[in-house]
Amino acid sequence: MIKNRVLGVLVLIGGGAALGLAYLTLAPNRLVLGTGIPLADLLHGWRNVIFLPALLLCFGVFLPPTRRTHVEVAAAASLLLVAFVWLAGDAATRLSSDASSIARVSLGGGFWALLTVSWLAAVDALQRLHLSAVWRTVTGAAGIAPVVGLVALGELNQLSLLKEYLNRQDVFHAAFLRHLEIVGAALIPTLAIGLPLGLALFRRERLAPAVFAVLNVIQTVPSIALFGLLIAPLALLAATLPWLGQHGVSGIGLAPAIIALTLYSLLPIVRSTVAGLGQVPRAVIEAAAGMGLTPRQIFWKVETPLALPLLLSGIRVTTVQAIGLTVVAALIGAGGLGSIMFQGLLSSALDLVLLGVVPVVALAVTVDAVFRFLTLLLDRSQQ
Amino acid sequence: MIELQHVSKAFGPTQAIEDLSLTVGQGEFIVLIGSSGSGKSTTLKMMNRLIEHDSGRILFAGDEIRSFRPEDIRRRMGYAIQSIGLFPHWTVEKNIATVPELLQWPGARIRARVTELLALLDLEPELYRGRYPHQLSGGQQQRVGVARALAGDPEVLLMDEPFGSLDPLTRVALQEELSRIHRASGKTIVLVTHDIDEALRLATRIVLLDHGRVIQTGTPLQIVAQPASDFVTDFVGRSEVGIKLLGLETVAGRVRRNESADGEPVAETLTLREALSIFVAREVERLAVVDDDGRPTGCLHFSDLVKPRE
Repeated sequence: MIKNRVLGVLVLIGGGAALGLAYLTLAPNRLVLGTGIPLADLLHGWRNVIFLPALLLCFGVFLPPTRRTHVEVAAAASLLLVAFVWLAGDAATRLSSDASSIARVSLGGGFWALLTVSWLAAVDALQRLHLSAVWRTVTGAAGIAPVVGLVALGELNQLSLLKEYLNRQDVFHAAFLRHLEIVGAALIPTLAIGLPLGLALFRRERLAPAVFAVLNVIQTVPSIALFGLLIAPLALLAATLPWLGQHGVSGIGLAPAIIALTLYSLLPIVRSTVAGLGQVPRAVIEAAAGMGLTPRQIFWKVETPLALPLLLSGIRVTTVQAIGLTVVAALIGAGGLGSIMFQGLLSSALDLVLLGVVPVVALAVTVDAVFRFLTLLLDRSQQ
Repeated sequence: MIELQHVSKAFGPTQAIEDLSLTVGQGEFIVLIGSSGSGKSTTLKMMNRLIEHDSGRILFAGDEIRSFRPEDIRRRMGYAIQSIGLFPHWTVEKNIATVPELLQWPGARIRARVTELLALLDLEPELYRGRYPHQLSGGQQQRVGVARALAGDPEVLLMDEPFGSLDPLTRVALQEELSRIHRASGKTIVLVTHDIDEALRLATRIVLLDHGRVIQTGTPLQIVAQPASDFVTDFVGRSEVGIKLLGLETVAGRVRRNESADGEPVAETLTLREALSIFVAREVERLAVVDDDGRPTGCLHFSDLVKPRE
């Protein structure tokens, strides 16, 4: 009877969220808590067409799992996803034209739940289609494009989240760039230290347990504590060596952030370097040596290309992890999107918090997708 | 071509090779055979310095191999191994071109050489040159492995159990292929195996090793017919000595030229062992014999298998 349990569960959760949770909240200003508005209140007239893709998803639970069903479910779910976003922007525009200019329309739990559910339904259907990696990436990007379009067209400008953005565009852009700068600046020393260290550990296996033990310990220190631990020694260093201080090294700010991020990032990079080199078949290396490749040629022509896919996935993990950890670095004055988030937390402005968090999540997801895509391309060309 | 003089090699406390002397002459097909741990692979790998010998001398074309850079000596000796070790990220063409590239041959010559080798090993060049190793069957991969070992036109071909992981049919096909290449090119080949049938089929000279020492050296016929010790007899297979002997001679040597027989004729290039099988399977005592072109040449009696007519 039920052909697709995953979709069934998602439809049930979505139905519950649509009925039981507030889709939007309307507050007289940005600081007070607003009153919830359920989805049902927003569906007037032709907007009820949103039921069409929703109904299709409900049917999808009972349809036989053919390719055609999966295509229809994926299309309906991504259509629904865009419709939910558009509906929020549309409702915000109408609600704010009736209210005072400082009134705020925020996204409620119902919106986030429905967004997540339709996203998962689309992803699940795409996976069942067993598309090639390239097509999976392309369809994923195509599904998100309309949402980006809605934001760019200003359709969502009356939502509180976008108002926060429009009010502090300059601050946001500076913070966003700073965030990227910190992540990028941490990646350079990570790769410069991590890759040779990984290679050394691979060549001298006896060293590996000790080094991995140290890196593991660093990884278990909470990020906020590691940032704090670096303040005193770096301040001392800057005081004793004024030259360093003049070049921006101090107990707070960029220097401790980059050092801490590098320390965290070393473990995944070193581990993936060792694992990547380790999975190069011994027979391939023996054959290469037997045919007269020099050790240097074996390293560059055989070991490096064969280790690259695993290495890239290590860099992916590291980068995504660094994007998240950089948020905390705002606490020691390094800046970045974390500073917007903490500002929001301290002034209990939830939408300001989101303005800091949503780009971090989007950035992490994008970087993750890009690296996965690169890895797949590499794998495909050398399987 | 290659000469080992009183060579020894130990791995830690284990003596792998003890005072081993061996001369590989130009154009010989030497098969090093022994059970695992006999030192046959070590002996082979010492020849191209994948393993360095502890004492004694190894000469290649008259010079001590340590006077060469290891890479140079390896480029002059083709090398093929059991697990093949094709580069998974390179096409068949690029794999085969490895040594020519190292020797910096011009592009057109490399391309022509790849085409020639693919054809030699019975792989349609235009169909296979662009493929990746994972798109080939095990037998095809090993063919590419052999082609790669031959690519730089090496003076010697070293092969470490090259057909060990193949199914029996593919293995026999590739053995015949290799035998043909040896006859046609006159290349010196040193092959390691633990399969006595492979050794008897391929070798011009067999070197039987045990615990790092040479037990007996000789032609396949000498090894089977005049074993130096019980160990050799056991290795050949005590109960199958007669069968192995029949496998070393062809029908042509015993055919009665002035007689004829009825029934489906057999080719005179078959081994006596194959002829025996046909006698038993057909339940006959006489077989008609034809040559390569299908012309009748005489007949073979069952009793001729036991001993040649005076």
